[in-house]
Amino acid sequence: MAMPLESPITFSNVGKIKWWQRGIFASQTGYVLLALAVLLVIMHFASPYFFTEGNMQNVAKNFSFIAIATLGVTFVIITGGIDLSVGSMMCFSAMITSMVMTELSAPGSPLVHMAADGKTVLANVPGLILLVSILAGLGVALIAGLVNGFCIAVLGLSPFVTTLGMLSIVRGLGYVVSNGRGSFPGGPDADYFYAATSGDVLGVPVPFIYLVILALAMAVVLHHSAFGRHVFALGGNEKAAELTGIPVVRVKIEVYVICALAAGLQGIIISGWLGSAPANMATSYELNVIAAAVIGGANLAGGIGGPLGAIVGCVLLEVIRNGLVLAQVSSYWQQTLVGVIIILAVLVDRIRSRMS
Amino acid sequence: MAHADATPVLELQGIGKEFGAIRALHDVDMQVLPGEVVGLMGDNGAGKSTLVKIIAGNFRPSHGEIRFAGDAVHFNRPVDARGVGIEVVYQDLALADNLTAAANVFLGRELKRKFGPIALLDHKAMAARALELFGELRSETRPDDLVKQMSGGQRQAVAIARTRLSNARLVMMDEPTAAISVRQVEQVLGLIHRLKEQGVAVMLISHRMPDVFAVCDRVIVMRRGEKRADKPIQETSPEEITALITGAKEAA
Ligand SMILES: Nc1ncnc2c1ncn2[C@@H]1O[C@H](COP(=O)(O)OP(=O)(O)O)[C@@H](O)[C@H]1O
Ligand SMILES: [Mg+2]
Repeated sequence: MAMPLESPITFSNVGKIKWWQRGIFASQTGYVLLALAVLLVIMHFASPYFFTEGNMQNVAKNFSFIAIATLGVTFVIITGGIDLSVGSMMCFSAMITSMVMTELSAPGSPLVHMAADGKTVLANVPGLILLVSILAGLGVALIAGLVNGFCIAVLGLSPFVTTLGMLSIVRGLGYVVSNGRGSFPGGPDADYFYAATSGDVLGVPVPFIYLVILALAMAVVLHHSAFGRHVFALGGNEKAAELTGIPVVRVKIEVYVICALAAGLQGIIISGWLGSAPANMATSYELNVIAAAVIGGANLAGGIGGPLGAIVGCVLLEVIRNGLVLAQVSSYWQQTLVGVIIILAVLVDRIRSRMS
Repeated sequence: MAHADATPVLELQGIGKEFGAIRALHDVDMQVLPGEVVGLMGDNGAGKSTLVKIIAGNFRPSHGEIRFAGDAVHFNRPVDARGVGIEVVYQDLALADNLTAAANVFLGRELKRKFGPIALLDHKAMAARALELFGELRSETRPDDLVKQMSGGQRQAVAIARTRLSNARLVMMDEPTAAISVRQVEQVLGLIHRLKEQGVAVMLISHRMPDVFAVCDRVIVMRRGEKRADKPIQETSPEEITALITGAKEAA
């Protein structure tokens, strides 16, 4: 018989934690979300243009351009690490993708056998070049992520220094392979490439669709898989994680790989929107990405963070940027304001945890 | 009660450990029988935690041999020790503050449900089992509460509940009754009794003489890395143990 589960404990001394004292309501993500809602209302009254479809699409597209990388870096931040190489990684993956695409499409390229009709063999299968070139772009990200993870988890180097080095290495390699000129997606699959990166489905920009899918996947992984639980445990108490037999080294390497792959994917998407992968693409984007994650509630000390926070952080940054543009405030002020908001968000969180 | 003729669950022979020039342990022999509660006492720096960590697989001993249930064992990592049935409640409890009580109890051995090729956490089953364990410990601890919001006694219950998940044959507790309330000390001692009833051997590291005399069958005194006494509890007294700990009495 299905009996209601009898609690073996009577709670006489220990009160139940109230719903507003737990979960999202007690988190930085919660009140940043609230701040965002207030901001949206203000924007609505301040500018009649703000809530138009065109502007909303613009906002959605713009924040999607850093949000996927922010999801990735959030994994790293939850473990208590940091990845400064995301901006360079975006550029390098984008560059490799468009170079491989162009190269495989060129008749007479040394890598590719010629088919009878003069096109490359790969070009005869629609989309195959696109697939190979995106895999190549993600492949270099995978390698960079593995190197980051190996140095940090196995050699025990500091994440800050390791990924600062990787920032420079990857940016430098981008200049080396392109001779500093950048690269352009080309060949028969270029149209597919643009459709897959900067097109839209029923008026919704595709980067936004990717973002939603990846964020949902991330939520499931973080909260409903053993791996996600280990990611949180690592950030909460690394020593405890190790003592309980969690494969700490493996989990660490995995989060840096995830982060690099997310950055690579993000870069590939941005290059589709720009129509090229210039060698200085996404320079200093790591700052925006980390700022968005932190504003959204990821704690740099580790143990706290999630996809909702990452997205809320990105949206907040973009809405403010958009608002400043609509208000015709100089774009130089944007960066200043971002800094102020980071400090404010962390300050409010500190005050809140002092009070409880 | 301990059976004199049973195979010892744990047997140490000539265990020594050096950290560089520091000799933390020297030539320690001991036996622990199934269902026996052994108190391990000694001043700070006597080598108690080091001994526990060697048995738990955190450190390799520099010298000597460990036998578990009659077989020689070599632990490279804590998981190896846990694999044969050794569980430890660490002095600093080793809990992840940002996770719930249930998540901590099951950390590293989460219950999962298969959905085709993917295995997702079975939150319900873990919470139910954790609640059962807290019930056994008579601790008012909610499985879904975050550990960072808990009292010292509740945190202790979470750490002890971890050891009850597996069928441990030896549970070592490093200072489990330090920094908790009197009522909670009784709970912990009650749990030790319950482990003993089930034939689990317990090694209790404690500074608190009353706790040791309340639950232990035997007491071992360490001083400067060496075993100075190993006596049934009936044959000794708190005064003698204190003298052995401080060095007023060299050995017994
Ligand atoms: N990881 C370590 N590295 C160096 N020395 C250590 C280490 N762990 C313990 N020691 C030393 O070993 C000795 C015994 O320490 P410990 O086992 O912690 O004693 P107890 O738990 O009895 O207080 C002390 O002198 C301590 O400083
Ligand atoms: Mg100690």
